[in-house]
Amino acid sequence: MIHSAADIPVWAAIAVAFFLLVGSGLALIGAIGFLRLPTFYERIHAPTLGTSWGIGGVMLASMIFFTVSSGRLVFHEILIGIFVTVTTPITFMMLARAALHRDRAEGNGNVPDKQNKSQVAQDVLGVNEPGNG
Amino acid sequence: MSAIILFTAVSIAQLMLAAAMAIASVRMFRGPRAQDRIIGLDTLYINAMLLLVTFGIGTGRVIYFESALVIGMLGFVATVALAKFLMRGEVIE
Repeated sequence: MIHSAADIPVWAAIAVAFFLLVGSGLALIGAIGFLRLPTFYERIHAPTLGTSWGIGGVMLASMIFFTVSSGRLVFHEILIGIFVTVTTPITFMMLARAALHRDRAEGNGNVPDKQNKSQVAQDVLGVNEPGNG
Repeated sequence: MSAIILFTAVSIAQLMLAAAMAIASVRMFRGPRAQDRIIGLDTLYINAMLLLVTFGIGTGRVIYFESALVIGMLGFVATVALAKFLMRGEVIE
């Protein structure tokens, strides 16, 4: 089923163009930051620009276009949006943990040492270890 | 009028997304370590998914949405499997 671009009103075309350009521009900015940032732990932040509002902008543009051009409510693009929003933190958290594990195992870089639980509790909560008084 | 606006916006968006894919593949080939290459692959398929949806808006066909959904799901599984491999040395324990 083909919807022509000529039979949608001008305001809808402007809205679609705006969200499309915002989404793809954010994806491009994220990719440039991903190329230019110096270390891995800084680089892992950049592509999330494209996976949050890059996806959001392009999916909003697609929803507006198909809703207006087909004359009924079309919002199945929200599936991709929800799926990517849920899965991207999982992916990047696993990758960051893997990178931290590799850096610790090889002993390179200035990554923090592995702390045991009582040290973490002491640092975070200010709780003294048992036996200190 | 609206056709001209849409055609211009879709063309610019396709150029931007193709540039983002090229940049991500540069990082994927050049990246100093394996985790950089994996994130490069992740960015590459996210941008390819966006490019497919943009292509669907440009041609007015709904079929591109489904291929974008398939790319998203397979890419997530691939990246998680690669991260698991880096972490443990094997995928399924």
